[in-house]
Amino acid sequence: MTKRKFGLGLSLMLAAGTMLAACGSDEETPAGSTTGEGGEGTEETSDFSSAMVTDVGGVDDKSFNQSAWEGLVKFAEDNGLEVEADGGVDYLQSQSDADYNTNLNNLIRRDFDVVFGIGFLMEGAVAEIAGQQPEAQIAIIDAVVEADNVASVLFKEQEGAFLAGVAAALMTETGKVGFVGGMDIPVIERFEAGFIAGVEAANPDVEVDVQYTGAFDKAELGKTTANRMYQDGSDIIFHAAGGTGNGVFTEAKERKEAGENVWVIGVDSDQYDEGQVGEDNITLTSVLKRVDNAVYNISEQAKNGEFPGGETVVYGLSDDGIGLADSRGAISEDIMTQIEEFKQQIVDGEVTVPETVE
Amino acid sequence: MSNRVTNILVPLISVILGLLVGAVIMLISGYNPITGYTALWNGIFGDLYTIGETLRQITPYILAGLAVAFAFRAGLFNIGVEGQLIVGWFAAAYVGIAVELPKIIHLPLAILAAAAAGALWGFVPGLLKAKFHVHEVIVTIMMNYIALHVTNALIKTVSGGGDRTEKIFTSASLRSEFFQNLTEFSRLHYGLLIALAMVGVMWIILEKTTLGYELKAVGFNHNASKYAGMNVNRNIILAMVISGAFAGLAGAMEALGTFEYVSSKGGFTGIGFDGIAVALLGMNTPLGVIFGATLFGSLKYGALNMPSEAKIPLEIVEIVIAVIIFFVASGYIIRLLLLRAANKKKEAK
Repeated sequence: MTKRKFGLGLSLMLAAGTMLAACGSDEETPAGSTTGEGGEGTEETSDFSSAMVTDVGGVDDKSFNQSAWEGLVKFAEDNGLEVEADGGVDYLQSQSDADYNTNLNNLIRRDFDVVFGIGFLMEGAVAEIAGQQPEAQIAIIDAVVEADNVASVLFKEQEGAFLAGVAAALMTETGKVGFVGGMDIPVIERFEAGFIAGVEAANPDVEVDVQYTGAFDKAELGKTTANRMYQDGSDIIFHAAGGTGNGVFTEAKERKEAGENVWVIGVDSDQYDEGQVGEDNITLTSVLKRVDNAVYNISEQAKNGEFPGGETVVYGLSDDGIGLADSRGAISEDIMTQIEEFKQQIVDGEVTVPETVE
Repeated sequence: MSNRVTNILVPLISVILGLLVGAVIMLISGYNPITGYTALWNGIFGDLYTIGETLRQITPYILAGLAVAFAFRAGLFNIGVEGQLIVGWFAAAYVGIAVELPKIIHLPLAILAAAAAGALWGFVPGLLKAKFHVHEVIVTIMMNYIALHVTNALIKTVSGGGDRTEKIFTSASLRSEFFQNLTEFSRLHYGLLIALAMVGVMWIILEKTTLGYELKAVGFNHNASKYAGMNVNRNIILAMVISGAFAGLAGAMEALGTFEYVSSKGGFTGIGFDGIAVALLGMNTPLGVIFGATLFGSLKYGALNMPSEAKIPLEIVEIVIAVIIFFVASGYIIRLLLLRAANKKKEAK
């Protein structure tokens, strides 16, 4: 009997643990989530609506999903739509891959004109639902789904990562830099390949330490990985790991406070605010992936009745879909000029950045 | 107070208490509990689609609950249901992709493969427990990690470097057009029938066979069972194997029904761990497991609608759901309080 009671207690702990495990560090609601209503009345209102489903990183991952949501909020502001409401713009968060189908379906059934699946992981769910709901207009970021009612959006992540690689190779003092990836999927591999190529192009003597954590939502894994990398002599880490990358920032900030000279290169959105430690900031720069622009553009097109269904849209350096964030003085003028030169070469097509690691 | 009244009152009071405390939590965090619970209700029973999806969610919980309950009855604590489920998921999906056969052979083959994989994953801790007295809790926890990473590696190999396998052939699929049309394209599949059938199977094994009698005897007291001439070691291994097979079937539900593929995972699915609570809520009886799984599955699925309809953040929703389950699980305390109140009344008279 006592054994059974013990078992009950243990199982409750486990159950509570697994249920709570999904709650990461969420301190703030995304910027602008309450500002939408003010736009009504002053601008022309339309009856167009748009919504998105996040992957497991959550809408406040300070990265990919958040960027997409900011794009939708901006779209709502510019068009006088309500935020987080039916008939305006809204989002649903997914806690596990079982939720993708349900969340997409839920939004379609709430009659949003366009529904975005944010992230490669939603490919299967989008493909399935596109077939079941031929009337729905669905867009997917980072994957290609071949269906007449699906618009696919891809980015040339490798081009932005290449510039980050150049910056890292020219800035490192230890001659060693790190790359922390989330899951080992094609998108992240493009970041990795670009970064390695960039380092190679700028200074072939610099070593790159590559680690994949296997998850986008595990900040603690990001922290331990970063810890190991800094320990092994890297002084700049580029992360492409969504929420896991927040752990990289935590580790770097702790080291900065202890007096070490370390840097992090952020990903997807400008992660400058993440790197603030007292007076200092450890964010060297961020590789911007303008998911917000993509989400905005597609919503805009759909509103005008030009939804690019069945097409694949690719954003890169040349159309500002990819870029580097302002380093706010962390990178010297001299190095910035060299980065600009590389950028020009890529835009002009003189340099082609590989998509996969050789 | 008669026993029957207590039996009905206890779960009722527990659910109401859970809902009340959940409401207080929502109030404190500044959300309207009435809209919150309306959203929860609509998320579970709102329309045919949500009902279908709720049933879909319940299906693997039933099997995971059965797996835990079965081992419990033999006095074993199988925490490895999660791992057994994952290998079952992979095995079923692999059979679903690797060959194309007529449905009448392919589907049972895929299901059997899942059960066999789960059984194998249960056999190892069973064997270690029986032969070397290694505690099954430790072994099964470790086997979970092995299952997670081994299947991730296998998925990578099978899919040629990707993170997800192809879709299984339709001949291995549990998906049902009939259910889909009935429920506006929910992912409800025939697996529900398999899960319910397994409830019957477990009941028959436990109540109608010598094997079941021996398993229960070993669960009560293995020294006495040994003295009575039962082969305790064999029973321990068998209990773990059958438990693992149930867990493997839960994996088959995901592989052949819900997803129709297997993708590499960053962490555990949680179904196996929830299965422990499902089994305990159901007092480790086959019918009780249906109740536990229904509660868990509906709350888990219905909760998804709370952020969507009532704008309550997922984190708050999870706390509310956990509180409700917590109160249901602590029915024992409420029973105790009821009895005490009844006794006082008697004394006063």
